[in-house]
Amino acid sequence: MVSNQVTKGLELDPPYDSPGYRSTQLRFPKRPLLVLPEGPTELHGPVFGDLAVGPGDADLTRQHAGEPLGERIVLSGRLLDDRGRPIANQLVEVWQANAAGRYAHAGDQHPAPLDANFTGAGRCISDPDGGYRFVTVKPGAYPWRNHTNAWRPAHIHFSVFGRAFTERLVTQMYFPGDPLLELDPIFRSVSERARGRMVSEFELATTVEEWALGYRFDVVVGGHLATPMIG
Amino acid sequence: MGEADPTPSQTVGPFFDIGLRWLHTPELVGPCVPGAIRIAGQVFDGVGDPIPDAVIEIFQADPDGRFPPDTETGWRGFGRCLSDPDGGFRFVTVKPGSVAAGSAPHVDVSVFARGLLQRLVTRCYFGDEERANAADRVLRTLGDGVAATMVAPAEDGTYRFDIHVQGEKETAFFAW
Ligand SMILES: [Fe+3]
Repeated sequence: MVSNQVTKGLELDPPYDSPGYRSTQLRFPKRPLLVLPEGPTELHGPVFGDLAVGPGDADLTRQHAGEPLGERIVLSGRLLDDRGRPIANQLVEVWQANAAGRYAHAGDQHPAPLDANFTGAGRCISDPDGGYRFVTVKPGAYPWRNHTNAWRPAHIHFSVFGRAFTERLVTQMYFPGDPLLELDPIFRSVSERARGRMVSEFELATTVEEWALGYRFDVVVGGHLATPMIG
Repeated sequence: MGEADPTPSQTVGPFFDIGLRWLHTPELVGPCVPGAIRIAGQVFDGVGDPIPDAVIEIFQADPDGRFPPDTETGWRGFGRCLSDPDGGFRFVTVKPGSVAAGSAPHVDVSVFARGLLQRLVTRCYFGDEERANAADRVLRTLGDGVAATMVAPAEDGTYRFDIHVQGEKETAFFAW
């Protein structure tokens, strides 16, 4: 019989109990977590290649009558497994605040302007090389009430599917050189050595002359497959 | 290329509706399809308050125990439901077939929410599968009280699967 309690090797993901991020307080499980039962259900996953996702869904600057305000960026990278192999034909979803740091969401009370030309949501299907590409504007930082004078660093929310249920990942992508990173309890919930994996790189090669700055962000899923198979 | 460190998880935050609602897919099958069942419940926090800003995703085999892409029917096996103001969610699906010897029918469940830096992962088993559940390789290693948190009782054609992320009634979750 396999022990029900788990010992994780890498600890690259943040702990559920992360006191600096107040919302974790009533939402982290207190019982010991159980061994991952990697049976057939966990080793398969949904396939999304047939979804009706068009090129317009990946260009967040062309979803309305006019162009949104802000610094236009090209955001591209690859969806990879933890051996560096590309994951083709899978779903990548993103959402973000506008250039002023305001979400087009009724729950966002930050008194920064909305932009009628920006919803802040995009999606695409990864190409045969695992590649994805979005055109958008750089999101602004925004305040939140976690602690005194708390501001989230600029970030873009990512949701990706790998090949298996175990590879499902929701994360956030940050921008290089942001002074707010070292003050942010959500970014800092991740161990110091793994934080850099959430920061995109400025890339001149994808920067488009006289049009948009390029940022590169590879998303690597997996790392959960080392636990015993118990059905 | 060598092994790469996986990208760490971060919370889905409070405003995921913008990016995830377009794929709100609580019906894996139509409600009138023969064999359609409902799985419904609420998500609660550590003081028993409903969590109105959660995303519940499920993944499961088809009734023959097969997974995408190896199904003739185009079965995706995936559903996503954004919780309502009462923390409620509801899926219409079919009972999955057996996927391995010693494995009772089950649906894998992910919970994402503000305050969850990683998703929570559990399984929903079916309360009217007593014999299969008793022989299940995962459930039988657990104490009765813990196992019961993953077994949804059947009530009027609906399997009731409440999720308590913390507290006395805390659901059993798998390490992630
Ligand atoms: Fe955000």
